[in-house]
Amino acid sequence: MSETLDKENILTGTARDWSSDMTTFKGVPWGKAMMWIFLLSDTFIFTCFLTGYMVVRSTTTEPWPVPSEVFALSVGGVAVPLLLIAIMTFVLITSSGTMAMAVNAGYRRNKKLVFWLMAATALLGATFVGMQVFEWSKLILEEGIRPWGYTDDSHLLGNAPQFGAIFFMVTGFHGLHVSIGVAYLLIVATKVLRGKYDHTNLEIVEITGLYWHFVDLVWVFIFAFFYLW
Amino acid sequence: MATVEVPYQETVPLHHPKTWLGKYVFSQDHKVIAIQYGVTAMAVGLVALFLSELMRIQLAFPGAMPWFTADMYYQSITMHGMIMVIYLLTAFLLGAFGNFCIPLMCGARDMAFPFVNMLSYWVYLISVILLLLSYVVPGGPTGAGWTLYPPQTITAGTPGDDWGIAMMLISLAVFIAAFTMGGLNYITTILQARTRGMTLMRMPLTVWGIFIATFLGLIAFPALFVSAVMMLLDKFLGTSFFMPAIVSLGKSLDYSGGQPLLFQHLFWFFGHPEVYIVALPAFGVISDLISVHARKNIFGYRMMVWAIVAIGILSLVVWAHHMYVAGMHPYFGFFFATTTLIIAVPTALKVYNWLLTLWRANIRLTVPMLWALAFVLTFIVGGITGLFLGNVIIDIPLSDTYFVVAHFHMVMGVSPIFAIFGGIYHWYPKLSGRMLNDKIGLLHFYITFIGTYLIYFPMHYLGFIGTPRRYYETGVTEVTGFYPQSAHDLNVFITCVALFVGVSQLLFVYNLIVSLKKGKKAGDNPWGANSLEWRTPDTPPGHGNWGERLPTVHRWAYDFGVSHGDQDHIPQDVPKQKSN
Repeated sequence: MSETLDKENILTGTARDWSSDMTTFKGVPWGKAMMWIFLLSDTFIFTCFLTGYMVVRSTTTEPWPVPSEVFALSVGGVAVPLLLIAIMTFVLITSSGTMAMAVNAGYRRNKKLVFWLMAATALLGATFVGMQVFEWSKLILEEGIRPWGYTDDSHLLGNAPQFGAIFFMVTGFHGLHVSIGVAYLLIVATKVLRGKYDHTNLEIVEITGLYWHFVDLVWVFIFAFFYLW
Repeated sequence: MATVEVPYQETVPLHHPKTWLGKYVFSQDHKVIAIQYGVTAMAVGLVALFLSELMRIQLAFPGAMPWFTADMYYQSITMHGMIMVIYLLTAFLLGAFGNFCIPLMCGARDMAFPFVNMLSYWVYLISVILLLLSYVVPGGPTGAGWTLYPPQTITAGTPGDDWGIAMMLISLAVFIAAFTMGGLNYITTILQARTRGMTLMRMPLTVWGIFIATFLGLIAFPALFVSAVMMLLDKFLGTSFFMPAIVSLGKSLDYSGGQPLLFQHLFWFFGHPEVYIVALPAFGVISDLISVHARKNIFGYRMMVWAIVAIGILSLVVWAHHMYVAGMHPYFGFFFATTTLIIAVPTALKVYNWLLTLWRANIRLTVPMLWALAFVLTFIVGGITGLFLGNVIIDIPLSDTYFVVAHFHMVMGVSPIFAIFGGIYHWYPKLSGRMLNDKIGLLHFYITFIGTYLIYFPMHYLGFIGTPRRYYETGVTEVTGFYPQSAHDLNVFITCVALFVGVSQLLFVYNLIVSLKKGKKAGDNPWGANSLEWRTPDTPPGHGNWGERLPTVHRWAYDFGVSHGDQDHIPQDVPKQKSN
């Protein structure tokens, strides 16, 4: 019985909020609303990038490099497919966990804990970017992949030149988002610790977290599209 | 909920600038930012107007300006189109009207994030400067046409294929950043910063139009951003996103395997919503103008709102009707033709509602009202030719002719400009405290309105006889001699009118400047309008717009033609009388 009541409440509640005055999303601070809308817009940027990727990949006449070979890492002479990416993904997902804990600490007004958890998130993000740099340099130096094609001695020569182009563009754009996120996290963490947000509910931590989880979510799609397809 | 909600803005102190610079230049006040946006957009619009006159002279009198080469013609086409669509119309309707109207009409003190709002204007200014700087870079601005289709955009032979296109793409990316900052503000303010009693369904239609248009912008501009990034990489890093294997000037280029159609899809996924980013605010402004100056409530307010929403949603699924001539699967064309024609339903609904608002109304033919009526008429004309072009089979023969030029200038060039003029004549008294001069205004209106029809009506005919658009010469030279003399005569006629109309826009600029000091004092509510912006304690509204307390809204903005004391209208903040 209570379940049906709840459903009705969600529907009528939503209708009441949308037809009410002053605020549409009750209790949502402006900054949080703005971040959600920004993320909507940013979603479309990544959607366009990934759509572009799918179009390019399905229209090119040359073969596409095999992901499990290109992205393999050799450990003790054995090529392990997707090893590095698995670690990178693990690190980034973990950073989302620490971020969620920071949000929780924020609403309990434990500013020190917020600072350390956000710093840990930033550190994990920086680790991710560092591993991405490693991955890029391996692709560029060892595999001979360039944005415009392949080097003449690359073993991938003859594959579609769009592989490097779209890969570096999309992962680069995502890496840029992560890097900006790291800076953003550190700035907010410091300001929280210094008490610049004491007059608020510390919702800035959640707003920062929204951005960070979004970047994380985008990575899941990039991971699926580039490494598993 | 037992607690009474208080508007957040009443609980926080307002940021007060202390210096002259902070008040008038780097101002965070939405009204100052609106003026900055408006003046910049108008200035750059005059540049685009000048370019169009150059093109008109070339078309009518080939050889009259020997220095005006074919390259310059194409550069002028590109810059004219891009400036008018993005840097004038989008910036004016959202940047100027959006900034001015949203907080005042919603009863807010300012935008939600005044600093970001200020940043939005300055970044917009940078994008304008970057665009204009392309005139001084080697090779001049790009001459690829405003659609910037690859591969020709970045291959040798197109003017500005090196520096010009880079400036254009970077400027667009910067503009998108500026728009995003502004757009986040508009949406957050509308959703979260309204005053007491202001429900979404009591908002004036101007705000509704700007609201949905901003949403469209935030969804559509990313596609342009992505295509700009990809094309820059194609040009400067040698990637082949859009570039197939290609032989240029007898030499095969290093590109291979790219997909030029991908650009067209990305571009038009932006480009078609862009039409409605421009049109929806214009719809809103016109709805308010018609209701106020016809002294009658808007017919079917709810329908009008839902029509705006429906048009917004539909506009995201019609983009490929710009690409029929690119070649596509017949079912694909069928789909896009169908969705395109479906858009005519909510659009026609809006037009009927405007007409039914006018039906037996107490119409006052003030200058803003004349612009509004001109808008409705021009929009109908342009919209009906749109039904022609939305059909694949009619579009293909007409696509590259002057018929298309006539269509889009009528429907998304001149119509929104009429809405802008109407809006300026309507809100100038609130903005400056002075009325614009009516005599100059009438002269300006009749010249522009009649001129529009003298210019663009003949172009339909030119299109039907097959005159191609984007040609440097369509006169009676040896090469193009197969055009009948009548077509050439029409071109001469159009150019003469266009020059006259172009020059007479200076009347408007003169009017704006002179009325600032010499105009008749306006008072608080010269038009007898209901929406909140006419109920501010000061005219022009001071910093923070309202006094201590934000106004309280009790009704919609369209209570006209009723008796209320000695007035025929009831403003939004007048309480409803209790019925016993």
